[in-house]
Amino acid sequence: MTRQMTGAKMVVQALKDQGVDVIFGYPGGAVLPIYDEVFQQNDIRHILVRHEQGAVHAAEGYARSTGKPGVVLVTSGPGATNAVTGLTDALMDSIPIVVLTGQVPTFMIGSDAFQEADTVGITRPCTKHNWLVKDTDRLSGVIHEAFHVASAGRPGPVLIDIPKDVQFASGTYTPPQKVRVSHYQPQVKGDMEAITELVAALETAKRPIFYTGGGVINSGPAASQLLRELVEATGVPITSTLMGLGAYPASGKHWLGMLGMHGLYEANMAMHDCDLMINIGARFDDRITGRLDAFSPGSKKAHIDIDPSSINKVIKADIPIVGDVAHVLEDLLKVWKSRGRKVNREALTKWTAKIDQWRKVDCLAFKQIGNVIKPQHALERLEALTKDHDRYICTEVGQHQMWAAQYLTFEDPNRWMTSGGLGTMGYGFPSSIGVQMAHPEALVINVAGEASWLMNMQEMGTAVQFRLPVKQFILNNERLGMVRQWQELLHGERYSHSWSEALPDFVKLAEAFGAKGIKCDDPADLDDAIMEMINHDGPVIFDCLVEKHENCFPMIPSGKAHNEMLMGEASTKDAIDNKGAVMV
Amino acid sequence: MSALKIKKGATKHSAYNLRPTFSDVEESHTLAVIVDNEAGVLARVIGLFSGRGYNIDSLTVAEIDHEGHTSRITIVTTGTPQVIEQIKAQLGRIVPVHEVHDLTVEGRSVERELALLKVEGKDEKRVEALRLADIFRASVVDSTLDSFIFEITGTPAKIDAFADLMRPLGLSDMARTGVAALPRGI
Repeated sequence: MTRQMTGAKMVVQALKDQGVDVIFGYPGGAVLPIYDEVFQQNDIRHILVRHEQGAVHAAEGYARSTGKPGVVLVTSGPGATNAVTGLTDALMDSIPIVVLTGQVPTFMIGSDAFQEADTVGITRPCTKHNWLVKDTDRLSGVIHEAFHVASAGRPGPVLIDIPKDVQFASGTYTPPQKVRVSHYQPQVKGDMEAITELVAALETAKRPIFYTGGGVINSGPAASQLLRELVEATGVPITSTLMGLGAYPASGKHWLGMLGMHGLYEANMAMHDCDLMINIGARFDDRITGRLDAFSPGSKKAHIDIDPSSINKVIKADIPIVGDVAHVLEDLLKVWKSRGRKVNREALTKWTAKIDQWRKVDCLAFKQIGNVIKPQHALERLEALTKDHDRYICTEVGQHQMWAAQYLTFEDPNRWMTSGGLGTMGYGFPSSIGVQMAHPEALVINVAGEASWLMNMQEMGTAVQFRLPVKQFILNNERLGMVRQWQELLHGERYSHSWSEALPDFVKLAEAFGAKGIKCDDPADLDDAIMEMINHDGPVIFDCLVEKHENCFPMIPSGKAHNEMLMGEASTKDAIDNKGAVMV
Repeated sequence: MSALKIKKGATKHSAYNLRPTFSDVEESHTLAVIVDNEAGVLARVIGLFSGRGYNIDSLTVAEIDHEGHTSRITIVTTGTPQVIEQIKAQLGRIVPVHEVHDLTVEGRSVERELALLKVEGKDEKRVEALRLADIFRASVVDSTLDSFIFEITGTPAKIDAFADLMRPLGLSDMARTGVAALPRGI
């Protein structure tokens, strides 16, 4: 049914029709008519953030933990420009976000009006698509199209810029069912010939490996389920990128752990030595491949991706398959089963044995000695005390992020929210707010570094106002840990601006916002302090003072190959075979 | 602290300096891109080329279907085969892009460009310019006592050749449209 209504009302109606239950935003002059409509209804909850960047990251957290698009409402000019980092973050990690921005009235566009910015111009390269709507009659159609574009194919952020006069004017509302079918319909079914070729390669491979990424998570729960079935049935070992953690359970028998720059020894060695690499929904990022001409030199590479531009972008695919992960895996399993469920079992047993040798290196080993908390120890204890909870983990960016990926385990998809592609410090805290909004009863923890956390600390106000019991687990080394590590390894130990003086007292900071603060600097008190954090019904800032100069290992130094990892001192060096001896 | 056996500060390699070493032979390709004729669509295409560091040798755009609101963008670009494939895939990702055709690989095509050349000169040079224009089937679209504007249509190579000949005869200004192209046959 089509109806006449104002543009502002249309926005709220379209969001309701799209099933939106929460939006994150911040009001301002150019969106006041929409905020007036938000005020006059109770179906959509509005979460007032403290900075527009926080709104976008919160929407990302919401989207990553639910699979549904996150929605943001901000004003023109600074409201829109503050959203740019979040948009870029969502673009890099393929997260569906719909951002609505106010704009100065159409007749003032181009006049350098107050709070005017060329929002569609600024956000063109950091959105999947954006629209400036100059006609109220087109508004509802554009909003419905925006939700389609954000979610279809490779998901991503979209933005709709709505001038204030378009919000005031009346027009015809078109419900989603009546909107004409978009020509944007990415291919989801994979080419059967290529899938059959991959099955044939899988049947005879001696050293196969699955290398999976965020595409599996984005494809939905069915993709993770099919992946698990495929791995269990074939017995082929599996590793994942940072973005793909949880698609295959960490407790699974064939799990190798994360790969890449700070990936596990066994995962990277297996990638280097495999003869068939099956990339499912990952994109050969530079943090994964290391040196390209030494990247897995002896393997045949299959690449399943919904985005044709990912294929052959950095690594030549021998078997390219464009399609949605769930659709392709379903066909792949069907073909594999119909051909008699064959694998090269004898070779696979040998391959697994070799991998078990690498596992014995125990690359994540560390020694918690003395009375200073090692960050790895803090995470190991956090893992032990929270893994049985209904738990969601967010992170900021840096060493703590890599340690979290290494020491925490994920059994299910959509439980791990981290800024992978863009590496946005300040992502984690607002993201945890979005996750908690989507899962009010769950234990939501943001593993943070003190420097990252300070970048969006104003969101403490949001957490307290909306009674969101997010736990901010800060590994405080009073350093920009990852920058410091690179300066130590690559810049002659010249620690240029990689430490912060005048850090706040985090306990007092929490109290100033009306939240709870916990400080812990003694390994003996750690468990009790973590339990206190978990049991507190409200937001907590946990200031965990850790070893200041700890480095994150294993590490593939820049410009090196997968088999040239640097290891922590506690790893068992003896277990490294001749090939591993080239490592330093 | 971990015991590291590498020499600290020893490497200048950046983690970002990891471009692949695919084939390095550059090719010229003519791409036809059918897009929705809507605000900003050309900016999206140009932004893609500048943002990802691709070349644009020539670009033309105009609406071709008024009813369906579609435009045709013809782009001549150079790059290694992998880069050309990337360009096509990246163009295909833009939401208002309907089709991307690589006319260089999809069979034979006709490529034409229009140019206007202003030639200033007197006496023998003026006569010679007219004589050459006749050979190239260029037509005079403006004339004064000491200048001509020639209009010429042809392949970019033909226009280059004509311009080279006009240069010593007083070529003073030139405007070119860029290449428009269509595949031959049906």
